[in-house]
Amino acid sequence: MLEAVKISKEFPGVKVLNQVDFKFYPGKVNAILGENGAGKSTLLKILTGVYNEYDGEIKLNGEIVTFSNIKEAQNAGIAIIHQELNLIPELSVTENLFLGREIITPLGLLDTNKMEAEAKIIFEKIQLNVAPKTLVQKLKVGEQQLIEIAKALLCNADIILMDEPTSALSDNEIENLHRIIQELKIEGKTIVYISHKMDELFRIAEHYTVLRDGNTIDAGEMKNTTEQDLIRKMVGRDVLIEKKNTANQFLTTILKVKDLNLINPVVKNRKILQDISFELKKGEILGIFGLMGAGRTELLETIFGIHPTNSVCELEIDGKKVYHKKPKDAINNGLAFVTEDRKTEGLILGMDISSNISLSTLPTFGILNDSSSKNSAKEYIQKLSIKTPSETQLCQNLSGGNQQKVVLAKWLVTNPKILILDEPTRGIDINAKNEIYNLIKELAANDMSIILASSEIPEILALSDRILVMAEGKLKDSFLAAEATEDKLLKSALPQ
Amino acid sequence: MTISFNHPIIKKSQSLIALFLLCLFISLLSDKFMTSTNLWNVLRQISVNVCISTGMTLVVLMAGIDLSVGSILGLSAAICAGLLKTGLSLESMNLFVGFTVLGGIITALLVGLALGLFNGWVITKFSIPPFVATLAMLTIGRGLTMLYTEGIPISNLGSSFESIGSGWILGIPIPVWISLIMVLIVVFLTKKTTFGRYIYAIGGNEKAAFLSGININKIKLAVYGIAGMMAAVGGILVTSRLNSAQPNAGMSYELDSIAAVVIGGTSLSGGVGRVTGTVIGAIIIGVLNNGLVLLDVSPFWQQVVKGIVILLAVIIDKMNQKNK
Repeated sequence: MLEAVKISKEFPGVKVLNQVDFKFYPGKVNAILGENGAGKSTLLKILTGVYNEYDGEIKLNGEIVTFSNIKEAQNAGIAIIHQELNLIPELSVTENLFLGREIITPLGLLDTNKMEAEAKIIFEKIQLNVAPKTLVQKLKVGEQQLIEIAKALLCNADIILMDEPTSALSDNEIENLHRIIQELKIEGKTIVYISHKMDELFRIAEHYTVLRDGNTIDAGEMKNTTEQDLIRKMVGRDVLIEKKNTANQFLTTILKVKDLNLINPVVKNRKILQDISFELKKGEILGIFGLMGAGRTELLETIFGIHPTNSVCELEIDGKKVYHKKPKDAINNGLAFVTEDRKTEGLILGMDISSNISLSTLPTFGILNDSSSKNSAKEYIQKLSIKTPSETQLCQNLSGGNQQKVVLAKWLVTNPKILILDEPTRGIDINAKNEIYNLIKELAANDMSIILASSEIPEILALSDRILVMAEGKLKDSFLAAEATEDKLLKSALPQ
Repeated sequence: MTISFNHPIIKKSQSLIALFLLCLFISLLSDKFMTSTNLWNVLRQISVNVCISTGMTLVVLMAGIDLSVGSILGLSAAICAGLLKTGLSLESMNLFVGFTVLGGIITALLVGLALGLFNGWVITKFSIPPFVATLAMLTIGRGLTMLYTEGIPISNLGSSFESIGSGWILGIPIPVWISLIMVLIVVFLTKKTTFGRYIYAIGGNEKAAFLSGININKIKLAVYGIAGMMAAVGGILVTSRLNSAQPNAGMSYELDSIAAVVIGGTSLSGGVGRVTGTVIGAIIIGVLNNGLVLLDVSPFWQQVVKGIVILLAVIIDKMNQKNK
């Protein structure tokens, strides 16, 4: 049995796990439930040795164990199958299977025959019908997932962690995966299963643990609970952020998106986004909610002109047809895009605040006007209360919340008509969060139109006038603020 | 009292201190080093690398690399010399165009610019890594130079052209003036223009720069164009100094140029660095070359020493970053 006692993990400024307890039983499927940000992935990283600094104890069969790296966790029999698969597409299935633990001949050369023979045996066991020499890039996602499971079996893992294993699988593939899981259970393996799909959990899981905001909320047996009950435990919060109840009527349409489709650049016949149409009104805050992989970010990116070759859509801004071939076009049409990841997409971390803020407004060739960009930086430092000694501070020295404010400032100086926000408060503390919420409300009150995409339901409910729910690349539902509740949103966002 | 080596002023002027120590060391071992003839001579030699390396700095700041500068230097120098010597004759049209010194120089600059722009076009249009694109240009350029010169140096280009490389203005060699002007132009570009700001932005985080609406391709095109033109300036200086365009002029100059950029503290991963640092880097390499010659070190050992200096410079730079 794998057991955790009072596990806590802190990152600078944020407590991600707070005295979490759980027990995973052998021969059973143990489900972990929780919203995005509940601490599931941090927990997995601790169990697999990625994070080795934490408080609390992990016990394996009653003994306290510590893993200082991934290898040690593997040696203890813990394997993980990540949501994003970690296979090397250019190598064959056998080469991937034995990566890092190749079988060698007495002369020290690769023993290809033996490895392929062993691969065959394992593939038969999991009913994977693939020749050992096949390149991984030729496999379907479901088959690739089975390769990962084969890897786990190959190193004799007793405990197999699966992080959203079915998010990219077809129905048949899911059936097959569940059948294999059943067999592994009979062999006495411990399966830890993370999924948002409730029906799936009720079908295969015996035990559950619910995490919320880094705390263990509840644990028990699946047969003693209901879907309603679990959803309530996942979303229920002690401190409820106040829900917005607008009676505002928004009349003027500012942005019209019609029949937006985005094709997967790798697998051409698979659509990432399918037939999405909606309107944004002037002064409105339009929330877009969806679970991980629903396509929120891709939708925003497509509108902003980041995927011109793989997408088709009709855009109208202020009644005029527009075409965004690159971000510059979108910016010129009055759009601004605060991206999800401020570190890799939002900021030039090695540059100072003032240079970052002026980045979107400068002409390609021109003389820099340092005093004017410094003045506008100063203005926004004050307006958004960015905590920094001066506008010449490098962005890499700022805290997450302040970095996010710099990104916001960078876009506000362009004086946009439409502000697109993708997870605007991810990973920042509650104070900065509230400041950003107030800013968003104030901007909308001054007639700026805002698209707010988020995976946090309370955030969506606190700000939006209207909420669109996405699942699996499609628009599922549309709610007015007054009729939306946490349950309704989550239910609608769960993939079928 | 202790002086910490981590003091910011010492850190900032590290390469300057290294240069000073190097000069001190050489002058202690050889009394020929600290003579005005020798020093002007060194500076005159260095000015070629300074020109090439200022262009290279822009490329490296953008997290790119340009391996073709030596070949671009060679080809633009050869064309310049060829036009000065024999002009351009189109026999089929019974046309002959003679070239003045200025005409030859402008043509050379345009050749450098065109080859550099071609590099930039290949890199941006086909998303080819700069290393590969400019490696191809390295051999193409050298091959074209050999074809154009038929492997024979083009010499005796006239006294007015020769004076560019060997003349003096106000007691300072003309090549030093020219490289100084080039440096000032590029310093101005990097510090005072949006173009320079974007070079740093692209090197710092290309994705964020793109999402900010910066026209990345245009900037890249311009930077490789400038790098090509700077190589042509170097080509003019070399050719006029020798009063002859050698078919293998500029061969392996890209290495000294990259070395100068790196020793000057510009990060090969882009976004961090200064043109003035590169100038000091180029001077360090030049002084080192000169000193090793004065000290009668064999040319083979010179290469070994140069390599070690480059390694040391980068290692010290890395250690500084860690201490931050």
